[in-house]
Amino acid sequence: MDVVMLSRIQFAVTIFFHFIFVPLTLGLSILLAIMETMYVRTGNEMYKRMVKFWGKLFIINFTLGVVTGITLEFQFGTNWSRYSEYVGDIFGSLLAIEASTSFFLESTFIAVWFFGWKKVSKKVHLMCIWIVALAANMSAFWIIMANAFMQNPIGYKLVNGKPQLDDFIAVITNQYGIGIYAHTLTSSWMVGGLFVMGISAWHLARKNEVELFKSSFKMASVFFFIFSLGTAAAGHHQGQIAAEYQPAKLAAMESHWETGTNVPMYLLTWPNSTNTGNVVQALPIPDALSILAYNNPDAEVIGLNDIPKEDRPPVLPVFISFRLMVALGSFFPILGFALFFWRKKIEEKTFVLKVLPWLIPLPYIGIMLGWAVTEMGRQPWIVYSMLRTSDAASPIEASMVVWSIIAFTIIYSFLGVLDIYLLRKYAIKGPK
Amino acid sequence: MTLELIWFLLWGVLWAVYFVLDGYDLGLGTIFPFFAKSEREKRVLYNAVAPFWDGNEVWLIAAGGITFAAFPRAYAIMFSALYAPLFIILFALIMRAASFEFRSKVDSDGWRKMWDVFQFLGNFVPALLFGVAFANIFQGIPFDADGVYYGSILKLLNVYGIIGGLFFVINFSMHGSLWLSMKSDGEIHDRAIVYAKRLWPFTVALAVAFLAATGFYTDLFVNYQKNGMLLVVPAIGVTALLMVRIFLAGGRNHLAWISNAISIFFVIMFGIIGMFPKLLPSSLDPAASVTIFNGASSTLTLQIMLGVVAVIIPLVLLYQLWAVKLLMHVVDDEVLDSDESY
Repeated sequence: MDVVMLSRIQFAVTIFFHFIFVPLTLGLSILLAIMETMYVRTGNEMYKRMVKFWGKLFIINFTLGVVTGITLEFQFGTNWSRYSEYVGDIFGSLLAIEASTSFFLESTFIAVWFFGWKKVSKKVHLMCIWIVALAANMSAFWIIMANAFMQNPIGYKLVNGKPQLDDFIAVITNQYGIGIYAHTLTSSWMVGGLFVMGISAWHLARKNEVELFKSSFKMASVFFFIFSLGTAAAGHHQGQIAAEYQPAKLAAMESHWETGTNVPMYLLTWPNSTNTGNVVQALPIPDALSILAYNNPDAEVIGLNDIPKEDRPPVLPVFISFRLMVALGSFFPILGFALFFWRKKIEEKTFVLKVLPWLIPLPYIGIMLGWAVTEMGRQPWIVYSMLRTSDAASPIEASMVVWSIIAFTIIYSFLGVLDIYLLRKYAIKGPK
Repeated sequence: MTLELIWFLLWGVLWAVYFVLDGYDLGLGTIFPFFAKSEREKRVLYNAVAPFWDGNEVWLIAAGGITFAAFPRAYAIMFSALYAPLFIILFALIMRAASFEFRSKVDSDGWRKMWDVFQFLGNFVPALLFGVAFANIFQGIPFDADGVYYGSILKLLNVYGIIGGLFFVINFSMHGSLWLSMKSDGEIHDRAIVYAKRLWPFTVALAVAFLAATGFYTDLFVNYQKNGMLLVVPAIGVTALLMVRIFLAGGRNHLAWISNAISIFFVIMFGIIGMFPKLLPSSLDPAASVTIFNGASSTLTLQIMLGVVAVIIPLVLLYQLWAVKLLMHVVDDEVLDSDESY
């Protein structure tokens, strides 16, 4: 394998591992802030114990999110130096803004929050967790806006063949990025909601701390239900943005080959392995793809046959990831509604309580699949229509990358196993 | 030109602040296996930096981000050329973070011993390799005009690189001892001061060796010969290092730490200013060097980023100072018995 492929594998491994921790940080930080707000408002000690219990799990998760993020920032330089030099003027500044505005806030105020229970007033303490929640969710904005430049490069002018910043406001209001940001936040908040509900269910099934866990469950059920709907809405919007800016991605998501109007959606589809067409294509829903993509049955949807073979994304993995994500995304609002509906008598639903902890991974899987669609669907471009991924890697030896992939795999597997073990241990232990 | 110059200095300042702050974490982790014998002593050392390491490490992310934003070519070549040492540093920092978070979470001696090893390696290795890397950057690394690197990790371990690495390790160890003296009481506090006093002559010796080797192996002094006024930068660095011992003799440990912080800051700035206008000198082909002329981002990017940094960084310093003051208490039994301790 060459440096490009190896570097892609390494980037995929490291970013997926990083993104195990990020969504929970984004979602649980807000839930923690809401719980602590309840504590400060009511003075009820139960809420304080609630915050401390979920806070402990939050910190175990947060630490690995922080350190696995550092590797990513440096990896643009280590493995993608051609890319870094090409887009640094725009992409680099967004990364620097993310670090200086969000990471400093997060790291400092999480420390005061965690270590400062006795050092600051209740209100200052509450402010700390709100700052952490806001800063974490803001950091996602900057990194996604940086990603948006790869998806839909705007706000630049070409100088000596390189994009140079021309309109900063355009760069940070990139519609593609706003769409991804909305989809990322809503789905991450869903992760937080189901995490809290799943662990609460485990304790409710054993009648541990019923008041505390029922209260946690109720809060999280509202949160999860709202954002499962939000995720679906933002996801639909995301598809329409892809249709507008990256027709090849949309076509790959649906494995759609022939350009035309009134395009149906085939319930049964399977792309062939040569990236040239479908093996199976049956059970059409008339006009569905045209409507989904453009809200108009007569709309024309470009097919992959009109996209040169060398410019097509790998259809099979994009298509599979997309279908699985949509299946999950359709399931969550149903689950969300049911849990919301049962929230007041959830302790009686013994079957639900037993199943729920096992569902915690599902939104995580949905998010991973979504990013796989977004990033693989952009191929073969690293910056859409501007720079090919194959031209972006560092001029380094492939053996070096092999070496680092092996090291990453060992270290991350080790930490991943321990992290899950500790989360499980402290989740089961419950509040003291 | 002025804008590029400002960014060049800011770039140096961010790295220097990173070393001042994370330096004491890295140093304390380095002396950890020699210093801490009993379980209580170990916990004092962990808790002396537990609330701070994360905030300190963000300065590394900021320094990396600023390198990327303001000087993309320097970022691209620096990190791809130093691929192996950089990843070793990152792996070490990852294990260090995990050692803080995970060690106290399982009640088993074997578990704790494992994390103690990672606590040491996770601090010692970055301290050493950062020193080696910066010394090599000061003397230039072998890359051509296309940014292709022709060295290896073994070639980084040359005489000057090793002196730089040892200087970082020993100075940070003293920096960490001084930090510990402020965060502990009783016997640990006294022994931390003994450590600092014993490490001081070695730090001075290595500083002298480093400055002498700098004259021998690098071009850094050329800028200082051109403009004698600049010599005030290394002079402050050296004076501050000498002052550390005076403050220690007078029992003023806070001032000793601050003095060493100033020393680290000015030693890094001495190297940065010596490289000007290069950010990354090439030892293979001087014309391939990345300078503020061929490596800087566009004026618009530099202006916007300057606006951001001018507002944000002073704020960061303010709230980090507030947090440090708030959590600067001595790690005593009450702290160790609390829920929040590691």
